[in-house]
Amino acid sequence: MQTKPEPAVVGDDLIEMSELEVHYELRGGTLSRLLGVGAGTVKAVDGVNVTLRRGEVLGVVGESGSGKTTLGRALLGLAKSTRGTITYRKPRAGGEHPEQVVSKMSARELRELRTDLQMVFQDPHAALNPSMSIETAVGHPLKIHGIASGEELRKRVAAALERVGLSPAEQFMRKYPSDLSGGQKQRAVIARAIILDPEVLVADEPVSMLDASVRAKILQLMLDLKADLGLTYVYITHDLATAKFFCDRIAIMYLGRIVEIGPTDEIFADPKHPYTKALLKAIPEPDPHKVVPRDLPRGEIPDAASPPLGCSFHPRCPEAVAECGWESRDLRNLLEEHWTRQDPSVYESEQGLVGDLGVLDKPQKRVTIGKGADSARVRQLLDRARAENPSEPLWRGVDEVRETEDGVEVVFHKGYDPLLRPSGGVEVACVLYPEPVTPEPARPEDDRHGS
Amino acid sequence: MTEMTDRSASTATSGGPVIDARDLRIWYGTDRGPVKAVDGVSFTLRKGEILGLVGESGCGKSTLGRGLLGLLPEGAKMDGQLRFNGEDLLALPKKQMFAKRGAELGMIFQEPLTRLNPLMRISEHFEETLKAHEKRIGKAEIERRSMEVLRLMGIPPTRFRSYPHEFSGGMRQRLMIALSLVLRPSFVVADEPTTALDVLVEAQIIRILHDLRREFDTSLLLITHNLGIIAEACDRVAVMYAGEVVEIGDARDVFAEPQHPYTRELLRSTISLASTGLNFIPGAPPDLVDPPPGCHFHPRCPDAMNVCATTHPIQREMKNGSRTQCWAADLRNGYAQDLTPEQTTPLSREEISVADEA
Repeated sequence: MQTKPEPAVVGDDLIEMSELEVHYELRGGTLSRLLGVGAGTVKAVDGVNVTLRRGEVLGVVGESGSGKTTLGRALLGLAKSTRGTITYRKPRAGGEHPEQVVSKMSARELRELRTDLQMVFQDPHAALNPSMSIETAVGHPLKIHGIASGEELRKRVAAALERVGLSPAEQFMRKYPSDLSGGQKQRAVIARAIILDPEVLVADEPVSMLDASVRAKILQLMLDLKADLGLTYVYITHDLATAKFFCDRIAIMYLGRIVEIGPTDEIFADPKHPYTKALLKAIPEPDPHKVVPRDLPRGEIPDAASPPLGCSFHPRCPEAVAECGWESRDLRNLLEEHWTRQDPSVYESEQGLVGDLGVLDKPQKRVTIGKGADSARVRQLLDRARAENPSEPLWRGVDEVRETEDGVEVVFHKGYDPLLRPSGGVEVACVLYPEPVTPEPARPEDDRHGS
Repeated sequence: MTEMTDRSASTATSGGPVIDARDLRIWYGTDRGPVKAVDGVSFTLRKGEILGLVGESGCGKSTLGRGLLGLLPEGAKMDGQLRFNGEDLLALPKKQMFAKRGAELGMIFQEPLTRLNPLMRISEHFEETLKAHEKRIGKAEIERRSMEVLRLMGIPPTRFRSYPHEFSGGMRQRLMIALSLVLRPSFVVADEPTTALDVLVEAQIIRILHDLRREFDTSLLLITHNLGIIAEACDRVAVMYAGEVVEIGDARDVFAEPQHPYTRELLRSTISLASTGLNFIPGAPPDLVDPPPGCHFHPRCPDAMNVCATTHPIQREMKNGSRTQCWAADLRNGYAQDLTPEQTTPLSREEISVADEA
């Protein structure tokens, strides 16, 4: 590998994402298309602001469905951003950094950009063409960009293979992906990513498909490459334990947004967002004296086509308060959870009392249940559910439970959709920070449901 | 219902282990010779106990799990002794073994979506499962028993008639567990049940597995490559390497004081919040057609001595109560005192290539 022409200063802004959005329109069924009614939008990345500094490892951590992979793909122009900008400042000799806006590039410019920005994929078995020899696969980028051919190409492939530890290179060049183990394949994928001498590597779960005994080796290789080649990494992962080792800064994503971002040390020493805290607590530790945690968030990441009101994490959040955006769908979950604890006969009579749960599926701040039923009994049912678990956070967000002629109306407290705000050494999007509860400035809670 | 009464009767009379495996061997025929995927494994599993089975890919964990249930592919052969509640499973005719699977021997797979029929409602899955084993079972009884186990898995009764695609990944895995447990088998194999799941959902599933014994009295063999999961969910742990169990014992003891260098190195290479550096085991597990002579781990072992390359160690009980097969552990525990100084000299060997890995 040749060295960089003019290493720019470490810490310079390299890529800036500003208000980045990647939304996907759902197509819906034939009828809705005929009538021109949109079936909704999946907001995979929904307003992300983050700057990648030269020479750093930025971790993007979240569960599946958090938008972390889409964010990485948007960086390389592989996913089209629907709003906002990605600005790449290409380091040049003489200290100039001409700005390039990735989100406005043509296909040809994007191809050119990818000599600087490369990706390492999660599944090394799928990232290599099974009918291409390792030599062809690793040398492919040089050929596509017309950088090298013939003996020069061969020499550079051999150097890249040696660089990632696939040595002797001569032996590996002739092989096909099926001849290699998982770890070796991932080394080949990394060789292909570094052969163009890029500035930035976006690594999407590069070790999650590998055996535990190999993970550390591949991470060590990536750290060595970073030091030797002056690379900058975006490390996308669901695993906070490897992120702790690997990253200088960590951004925690939830349902398309960054909920906490800061230096790795700060995040681990004093996690602020309840989601960050939960992720940390959930990591299985090889220590049998640690018991299975009991107070983990319930449920799973919600549907990005119809996110919760207010803070997206509030339905699962053990620390949620009144302002978090409680709404009708939370009541549905509460009732269903209540019924998992009841005898079948109790469930049947209560279900009959409440009637169709479908009325709760549309996000509403006031909702009437038990239409046509004895409202006193519906109210008693809610009281029973409350008595069963008085510490359930949902009740903090209920302003009023009222018997009306029509049934029982539940009125929820006004909520907020918190913005990222500085708190201590990090930025966090949670109404609890900075303390005490000062929800402003924040977006209105139904921000995501407007068009 | 007859099968269920039979089973409880036999458990009551024997009172012994649910699973008693002695010197189990499983091999596949290939052009290059037999692949010895499981090579002389012995262990017992008591009622309500969770045994974790851990090791790198290609060490025979899944083959062992499937072999215990008689689910080996064509061409695989199994030998040794396998008793389930006292009954010899290897001598059982195919038809009887088939009847036992599901009813008494359960399995939880890794990918829940591929195991559920997308065209069948959840209620129909339960109906099919229950009717396959209890032909005369009525609709009301099916619903009662299915709802009961669904409730224990935290799936609301309102979802009983939904289709698989209407559930999230974690819910589907709970459905799979519920389907495996509705017949109340006394032994269940769970093969990497949380690998495809996110960390928070994984923790929920571990908790469910951990709590199984309280509700079902099920004995569980939990196969995983994640030592963290073993630590949180299991009573005992068996470490597998190259088709053999190299160390087996109480999870606390094994984790606190691993006797086999492979166990120790696996623990060290696990990246957890508590780890302080990046460690790894050089090399890869061996080809099971022709594993190295002596101790199979010796080419990768930092503690290897000359004797390890020539003579296979035998499994012995160590001071911490675990059973381990390792010459170095033998010496530390007062065994194998007749080894010569030549035999106990550290093994000199070539450097293992960086890229020679799993």
